[in-house]
Amino acid sequence: MSRPEHTAPPEIFYNEDEATKYTSNSRIISIQNEMAWRALELLALPEDEVAFVLDIGCGSGLSGEVLEEEGHVWVGMDISDSMLEVAKEREVDGDLFLQDIGQGVGFRAGTFDGAISISVIQWLCNADKTVNNPRSRLKRFFSTLYSSLARGARAVFQFYPENPEQIEMIISSAMKAGFTGGLVVDFPNSSKAKKYYLCLFAGYKDNAKDSPALPKALGEGDEGVQVNYASKRVHTRRKEPVDRKAVKDKKWVQHKKELNRARGKDTPLDSKYTARKRRTKF
Amino acid sequence: MRLITHNMLQCHVKACPPGQSYPLQIRNAELEALDAEFNADFVRRLIPKLDWKVLRSTAFELGVAQLPEECPAEPTEDDLQMIHKVALQTRVKEAEMVCSGCGHVYPIKDGVPNMLLQDHEI
Ligand SMILES: C[S@@+](CC[C@H](N)C(=O)[O-])C[C@H]1O[C@@H](n2cnc3c(N)ncnc32)[C@H](O)[C@@H]1O
Ligand SMILES: [Zn+2]
Repeated sequence: MSRPEHTAPPEIFYNEDEATKYTSNSRIISIQNEMAWRALELLALPEDEVAFVLDIGCGSGLSGEVLEEEGHVWVGMDISDSMLEVAKEREVDGDLFLQDIGQGVGFRAGTFDGAISISVIQWLCNADKTVNNPRSRLKRFFSTLYSSLARGARAVFQFYPENPEQIEMIISSAMKAGFTGGLVVDFPNSSKAKKYYLCLFAGYKDNAKDSPALPKALGEGDEGVQVNYASKRVHTRRKEPVDRKAVKDKKWVQHKKELNRARGKDTPLDSKYTARKRRTKF
Repeated sequence: MRLITHNMLQCHVKACPPGQSYPLQIRNAELEALDAEFNADFVRRLIPKLDWKVLRSTAFELGVAQLPEECPAEPTEDDLQMIHKVALQTRVKEAEMVCSGCGHVYPIKDGVPNMLLQDHEI
């Protein structure tokens, strides 16, 4: 299977057609949702707090929906206006930016409590124009991201590395920008379920030994019960019913609950509100 | 783009003179009011991150609200509600954002700022 990064620049590949196809494919929806949940889990935000989160390469908002589901306030950026167009149609809550992350992210120091990025950064490893040198783009991206994050905040990237050299290039760029952390590989022994998550910590530039330990991967021997994230938030329903295309169908929510039960987490019992839009209560 | 995000946003042109890349001036704005759930705790934690002077002048110039000169040191529920209204319930739908450091103009269309730079700006 050829990699989309090899076929065209992202803003061309994710054209109107692809953006619509992408966002109406239930298999894609459930995979992106699940990876976004996992990224959010690895982000380890303080429980019961609404956070300000950046979604890097937010696309049509499949990953951002997960942030909304947890009640967070989010900002998303993407280089494809067709993907953003779909996000707008779906009335996501996040603020959207048309932006090439390889040109840097411009937010004041300490803005975000965390950042997630789902299936995006492998795109930065491809030079589609002569001015687009992957190493300098990665450098610009990670250094500006570093300063946009609050001290102690994390950035979690699920990505599809093409080869070990790419992993090396991405991690070394991140470390040079001041991040600590590393790679968490879930289900490393399953060719189908294997997933790469780059977990980065901001704020330990000059004191790397105080940097938190990497979260444990799933599916390698003991299931990852150490990564404790079961949300104890009390949820209420949104005040008004929202008219938008369902991202998570009921089946998917069921699936997530089963997954969580398998991981030994507390999950709410199935209720009639399942798979409806919820908001945090305070 | 909500005003909370504008309050954090700076110009990211590489050669933009340091110290002048913030704030971006909003021109020819068309605004929209949003209905966002109020979370006192979130707003309280947001306050130290806000540039109050910028929030105040932006809210004033856009005709959204007249915020006090100084951010209330011990904000009441009403103060928090007011900040919530300005920062989280005010959205810029159409506008231009101009950097006073390098002059770059970032257009906002249908709520989405275009942050793409020219090759010579990166
Ligand atoms: C597979 S989609 C993932 C979208 C979303 N995160 C999700 O989970 O559904 C990859 C996205 O990365 C975006 N992307 C690729 N390169 C980018 C860049 N340099 N800057 C910003 N976005 C980029 C694409 O436009 C596309 O929307
Ligand atoms: Zn500038």
